[in-house]
Amino acid sequence: MDYKKPSQKFTGKIREVTVGSGLKLGGESVLPFYTFDGDTGAKPAVGMEIWDVFPKSWPQSLKDIFGEYADDPVKWAKFCIEKYNPDFICIRFEGANPEGDDKSPEDCAKTAERLSREVSIPLMIAGCDSNEKNAKIFVKIAEALPDKNYVFLSAVEANYKEIGAACGMAYGNIVSAESSVDLNLAKQLNILITQLGVKPEKMVMNPGCAAVGYGFEYVVTTMDRIRLAALDQNDATLQLPIISPVSFETWKAKESIATEDDMPEWGDQEERGIAMEVSTAAGVLAAGSNAVILRHPKSVEIIRKFIDELL
Amino acid sequence: MALNGMEIYKILPKKNCKECGFPTCLAFAMKLAQGGTQAEKCPYMSDEAKDKLAEATAPPMRTVTFGAGEKTYSLGGETVLFRHEKTFVNKPRFAVIFDDTESTDNVEKKINHINTVNYTRISEEMYVEIAAFRCSSQDKQKFISLIKKVTSECKKIVPMIITENPDIASAAAEEFAALGPIIYGANEQNYEAMVGIAKKHNLLLGVKAENQAKLYDLVQKIQNTDYKELLLDAGGRSLKTAFDNAVNIRRTALLSKDRTFGYPTAAFVCDMTQDKMMEIAMATLFIEKYASVIVLSDMDYSMALPLFAIRQNIYTDPQRPMRIEQGIYRIGQADEQSPLLVTVDFALTYFIVSGEVERSKVPSWILIPDAGGYSVLTAWASGKLNAKSIAKAIKDFEAESKLKTRELIIPGKVAVLKSDIEDELPGWKVIVGPREASSLTAFLKEYRQESAS
Ligand code: B12
Ligand code: SF4
Repeated sequence: MDYKKPSQKFTGKIREVTVGSGLKLGGESVLPFYTFDGDTGAKPAVGMEIWDVFPKSWPQSLKDIFGEYADDPVKWAKFCIEKYNPDFICIRFEGANPEGDDKSPEDCAKTAERLSREVSIPLMIAGCDSNEKNAKIFVKIAEALPDKNYVFLSAVEANYKEIGAACGMAYGNIVSAESSVDLNLAKQLNILITQLGVKPEKMVMNPGCAAVGYGFEYVVTTMDRIRLAALDQNDATLQLPIISPVSFETWKAKESIATEDDMPEWGDQEERGIAMEVSTAAGVLAAGSNAVILRHPKSVEIIRKFIDELL
Repeated sequence: MALNGMEIYKILPKKNCKECGFPTCLAFAMKLAQGGTQAEKCPYMSDEAKDKLAEATAPPMRTVTFGAGEKTYSLGGETVLFRHEKTFVNKPRFAVIFDDTESTDNVEKKINHINTVNYTRISEEMYVEIAAFRCSSQDKQKFISLIKKVTSECKKIVPMIITENPDIASAAAEEFAALGPIIYGANEQNYEAMVGIAKKHNLLLGVKAENQAKLYDLVQKIQNTDYKELLLDAGGRSLKTAFDNAVNIRRTALLSKDRTFGYPTAAFVCDMTQDKMMEIAMATLFIEKYASVIVLSDMDYSMALPLFAIRQNIYTDPQRPMRIEQGIYRIGQADEQSPLLVTVDFALTYFIVSGEVERSKVPSWILIPDAGGYSVLTAWASGKLNAKSIAKAIKDFEAESKLKTRELIIPGKVAVLKSDIEDELPGWKVIVGPREASSLTAFLKEYRQESAS
């Protein structure tokens, strides 16, 4: 008997969403990297995370790389772009945290505006730990940067109305719907945001993320199920590109932050941090992520190459 | 190939004697085809029919084993393509490659890494299971002495003997048969001899061809010699081809239900890149999809920490979250003056927290309330971890009689619970701990000093 290669043809397709002026996400009608089955859509994008304030809490190895530039997000972003060529920059407004610097929405909007003026690649705008505060800063930033197609990370159940109305509708940007590792929650939030009037081409989603070893199996399984529902069952409410803020999770894990004094047998701390970031990124990409956010330049280089080799 | 009910009916005795517990042979056949009963229930079946049926009703992917004694491992036996459909059963095993032409320094370095990477994570012992030996020298003695050296210094590893030369394979198999090695290198030319060696010692045989179609032909030929302890490799040392192979061999078994490819596969990540971080990315991919032996160039902690962790994640049963029994746990020589910490009954969280407390060498008590088996924030967000559940645990597990202190340390992520708990537990003071357990060592040392002064 001769070999017949199997294939899984689906009727569904992930919607293609354009970020900034030309970064395309999604568009695939097969499982991640299944080039042998059909159209894999746009290449998954690799972005770099920067902060609006100096990242005091980052491990020393990262401060060694970015420290010189990290007191100013524009300098920082330019350094990343010139040196490492990411597909997008994700600026995280850690300084807006009410329990930290508590920067005002106006302040944040000014920073974002300056960044947008000086930087030519697409931006993703991430907030701090407070959903309430994020709604306030996102509205101001979207207002200052209308029709840019920037992604706002994220709208959650508690604040999607304000963020959806301002970012997704009034000011023509893109809303990322964030839910907690559950297909039904992801679906429900996507529906709520669409019902507000946000167009699906102005939406992406983050169905939850975790570092490998820290509940990561739930993340993979949720993403597998979301992708199968979108492709196999043609569930239009789940046919959105997925963004995974990998670095937000991995650089909190002990494997990345324990120093060599803390854990002598574990060896080089910088390598451990990159390893956790690279593994988590590869893991979510294989489960359907269309864009990953990373910190370390080496991770950016590796993950970009990993994607290129698979497609 | 699986048989349907009518096909099974054709080979039954057709006595309709009901001894199988079914009214007719046909009814029995139909049930058998669905996997609802066993062939042995019919006492009148010919041996030939039994064999045919055993073959037809066997699971789509064979479970094979390698190793010996305590170090015996199963591979394959998977029934689903996605873990949410059921569960993945036999986790992939990691191998570190050794080449008999590489420098002694390199060999020593890898031996040292294999012996150093050996730790426990959530009650699973993590270590490299396989050392893969590649015979590049074509020198039998040289090859065997390398295997001897490594297997005598790394007590836990099972060797994988990689050579396409049957003469060398036979000598090595003979020498190390007691370890239950994998013999790797059956190909189009040598397969008869290689099957002979594998059969003789009952070893797992690695089968290699240039591509999926050629591998398919070769496996058929090997199956015709009646040997079925196989590990497959469809060539391809670029990531893209290797991924294609891993996915399509698995899909052929599970979707096309074609048992020619119903065997586990190996991924030679060590041949796909020179970069350690790239190896980690690739190995991660193959853990998710769908390799059973993952051959790496080395295994130091930077590789082990993410790779063993994600393997453990992906291969837990999704229907059964790992949970720790509620109670009050004593870490070290904790006494009535020692600190009391509260965490949740999610095994992952408990093992991380208790590990850090042990590392701090500050004897402590850990209180585990009923938190639904969830992580700290999941339990809090779902209403399982709250002032009431914590206060109940304090009472149920008699913390007040075990301890003189009336202070309770809570996870930083649920700092908001502080005043609620204090309301619920009059006389108690709640201390908000750090957000991540990795800061617990420093925190506990400082806390103990403050309490002492
Ligand atoms: C896996 C996961 C799940 C799994 C559950 C797995 C489990 N058994 O817990 C599932 C899919 C079931 C799930 C469900 C839900 N989840 Co959930 N989940 C996660 C995820 C991805 C990882 C959690 C994890 O495993 N962490 C690892 C463990 C080790 O962390 P940990 O327990 O916090 O322990 C650390 C620290 O707290 C500290 N620590 C622990 N104990 C102690 C004690 C002391 C004294 C100290 C000092 C420190 C300390 O040490 C540990 C290591 O540093 C997180 C997101 C994320 N990336 O973290 C969301 C997350 C926790 N989930 C969330 C939510 C909302 C939910 C749901 C309520 C959603 C819903 N509405 O249904 C449900 C609830 C379950 C239910 N059905 O009732 C939210 C919580 C939001 C919030 N801030 O409150 C999160 C943060 C996701 C998000 N960003 O929205 N979830
Ligand atoms: S025991 Fe065998 S012969 Fe008798 S009815 Fe059942 S299948 Fe038929």
